[in-house]
Amino acid sequence: MPDDFSWIHACAMLVPILPLGLLASLGLCSLLDRRLSEKSISALTMSSNIGGLLATVVVAIFMLGSSEHHVEVAIGEWVDIPHYNFTVKLNFDRLSVAFVLLTFVLCGVIGWFATRYLHRESGYNRFFVLFALFQAGMVIASLADTIGLLYVGWEMVGLSSAMLVAFFHERPAPPRQGLHVWIVYSISDAALLSAAIAMYHLAGSGDFDHLFGESPWPHENSPVTPTQGLVVGLLILIAAAGKSALIPFSGWLPRAMEGPTPSSAIFYGALSVHLGAYLLLRASPLLEASPLLAGIVVALGLSTALYAYLAGSVQTDIKSALSYASLVQVGLIVAEIGLGLRFIALVHIVGHACLRTMQFLRAPTLLHDYHTLENALGDHLQPPGGILGRMLPSRLQLWLYRFGVERGYLDSILYTFVITPFVRVFQAFDAMEQCWIRLLQGRSKEQGK
Amino acid sequence: MTPIFAIPWLELAIVLPLIGSLILGRMRDPHRIWQLGLAILSATLCGTLLEIAAYAGGSARVERIWNPQEVLFGTVIFRLDGLNSPLLPTVSLLYLLTLLATSGTKLARFSAPWSLLTLGLQLATLSCFDSWTLVVLLILASVRSFAELMSRGKSTRVFVVHMGVFAVLLLGGWYFVDRAKASNQLDDYAWAIVVVHLAILIRSGIFPLHCWLADLFENASFGNALLAIAPLTSCYALIRLVLPIAPEWLLEYSSVACLLTALYAAGMATVQKDVRRFFAFVFLSHASVVMVGIQLSTSSSLTGALQLWLSFVLSLGGFGLTLRALEARVGRLTLTRFHGLYSHSPALAICFLLTGLASVGFPGTAGFVAELIVDGALETNTWIGVGMVGAATLNEIALLRAYFLLFTGTRHAATIPLGITVRERVAVLTLWTLLIGAGLFPQPFVASRYRAAESLLQQRQALFPANDGTPVPH
Repeated sequence: MPDDFSWIHACAMLVPILPLGLLASLGLCSLLDRRLSEKSISALTMSSNIGGLLATVVVAIFMLGSSEHHVEVAIGEWVDIPHYNFTVKLNFDRLSVAFVLLTFVLCGVIGWFATRYLHRESGYNRFFVLFALFQAGMVIASLADTIGLLYVGWEMVGLSSAMLVAFFHERPAPPRQGLHVWIVYSISDAALLSAAIAMYHLAGSGDFDHLFGESPWPHENSPVTPTQGLVVGLLILIAAAGKSALIPFSGWLPRAMEGPTPSSAIFYGALSVHLGAYLLLRASPLLEASPLLAGIVVALGLSTALYAYLAGSVQTDIKSALSYASLVQVGLIVAEIGLGLRFIALVHIVGHACLRTMQFLRAPTLLHDYHTLENALGDHLQPPGGILGRMLPSRLQLWLYRFGVERGYLDSILYTFVITPFVRVFQAFDAMEQCWIRLLQGRSKEQGK
Repeated sequence: MTPIFAIPWLELAIVLPLIGSLILGRMRDPHRIWQLGLAILSATLCGTLLEIAAYAGGSARVERIWNPQEVLFGTVIFRLDGLNSPLLPTVSLLYLLTLLATSGTKLARFSAPWSLLTLGLQLATLSCFDSWTLVVLLILASVRSFAELMSRGKSTRVFVVHMGVFAVLLLGGWYFVDRAKASNQLDDYAWAIVVVHLAILIRSGIFPLHCWLADLFENASFGNALLAIAPLTSCYALIRLVLPIAPEWLLEYSSVACLLTALYAAGMATVQKDVRRFFAFVFLSHASVVMVGIQLSTSSSLTGALQLWLSFVLSLGGFGLTLRALEARVGRLTLTRFHGLYSHSPALAICFLLTGLASVGFPGTAGFVAELIVDGALETNTWIGVGMVGAATLNEIALLRAYFLLFTGTRHAATIPLGITVRERVAVLTLWTLLIGAGLFPQPFVASRYRAAESLLQQRQALFPANDGTPVPH
């Protein structure tokens, strides 16, 4: 970056530093058992958000004013040895700036909401530590210009999500659901890590410029062949599917609603669920390089949208219904990305995230809102139902109802064909080992230890 | 030369715990033993650090005011190089923190004299350059675990069978390798190298000869079992004894076997019902990943493996200490139900999570970059890369499953305070600070590991030059 832009450089550096500073300050206080007051936590969180937002706005204004579509901030080599280097480089372009602005705005709103919603909650401090971890992860993942750095943010988002799903951890259900979310996220992380390895092999580094081309988003031209694009792209698609709850990983989304409302809003309504779509947008040059990959992305997006519509139509609690409604839109966004409508997808993400955040935050007062509406109308609200629904034969309607209630049997399929066989195989190995040890020790099963 | 560096600090660091174990062995007051033990371990740690400072400053051993090894053995057997220089203080620190974190009620069970003896042997092992001395030290190290199993009235047969085979194979194999090296006929004695390699693999817990490891953790005291295996002396033996002379095909087959062990152990960790077995399998999986990296014998993989080695000693040490602290409060823990310990000891929960995440290479910790380097080095075999990523994923799942089962899901009823003590907090946070420090600023560590890896590969290249038809990836 030229010297005369050093003030922009400083502003750009503040964007990730502020959320990381928030995480460090809240995390260290917790580690050292020096609990901050609710007021202090709230003040720190809001200052970090406002500071980060202002810094991003300054960078955005500079980009608009100078017609720069791409501001790159090279922080340095984190690791640099022959045959391997890990560069820390931030990329401010039209995609990342929009996503970072969205992150700061929504995190700020939800953080403010949470300071009151979780007032006197025993896990108040824990919530905000995880919230800071999430925010830092989102900002890093959004601004990353190398796949290694993106992976760092990706993992931070994953861990904070799983821990927040298990937030009310004195009941058994939240930790169970948290573990479920973590398993899916771990698979997603593994796919992203594999994509990173594949990128190193193809491009010789994890730099996005080398794989996606050097032109600013969305005009990049990837130098890879269709086959190479397909391989890396499929790995990225699996990573995105895990994070955005696309088929076949959709089962974790309603489970994630065990968490407190602010975390549901921020993760599964607004930001986290769109991170997969963001990754696909970032990797969209690969879709251009491989039409087959683009076709798969469109098919996956549309099938997820259809599935989520059917499952969401029969949900009986507001948070699950909202989560499936989110998923319908995410599916459509993914389909748009596959069709090459990148700006439409980006606008769709921003609009949808804002709307859904508002809906999630209003979810605890839904009945009150209904009563207000009904009082204003002077009548009961009409139940939803479309012409299409009435046109379908009753048997098909029943089948679709069952399909929706069972959430497309996705969880059953995963449990029956993946998780249960895996656990049984390793439990059998464990039993054999115990048997072998008893044999070596010369004692029978009844003798115990 | 600075006068302070003219003192033979390494020899002192090895001898001090050995003498300390003799002195402490004659004492009866546990609290006095604990205090003196801490003093000796602190002095040992300082000794290793000063030796490193002397090594880094280029102080040649001949310039020392007194060189006891020359006097005793006529040659220098124990010394530092790029490989072992960070290992010695790391291991000393682990012992120091383990003793520091030992609760008063466990002082009688956790034998400080035995621990000092083991530390002396391990420091000697990790600084040993003489092959026969290394062989003897590796076998001697097993005696301590055997003695503990005996003293606790546990069955020793599983341990004795495995370590017996290990000792026989190592002694027998190295006898023939040594003869072959002397007569310059290593090609004719490839089978002997295989035998030595097999012995080391048994010591590292290769599948299916790994049962002794879980058995040791189940039956020995947690602290002693942890200290016995955490320094990964088998990796050191692999690098010193086998890596310079092993044919390429042997390393390839062996790395696949280690990868299978890593995957198997990670899978087993996800279904364990007992915390100690869970830890044993997590440890085995990680140790096997280090072995894979070493045996791929490329510059990057070796660099990553050496970095991972250091990271695992610290992270698994901290992880083990946290589990040990939990056991000290509520006894043996199962993973068959929720325990809900968070509300009583949130700090322990955080320490468990942080050290566990460091062990699986979470971003920002020392293991993260190391895993990326190892994974990135797998150009020669994509499937090994996939396997490594798979093992890491399974370990992540096993870690969070254990966390949720131990700390959440219910409210634990306790009439006594179960919170972390200051000593335990200091111990775990010290390890965690090192892990985070090395994770946030990895370049100096990685660069030093790279230099060590290059040096090791040069030794290997001396025997397998690239132009003799045998490819040496580099």
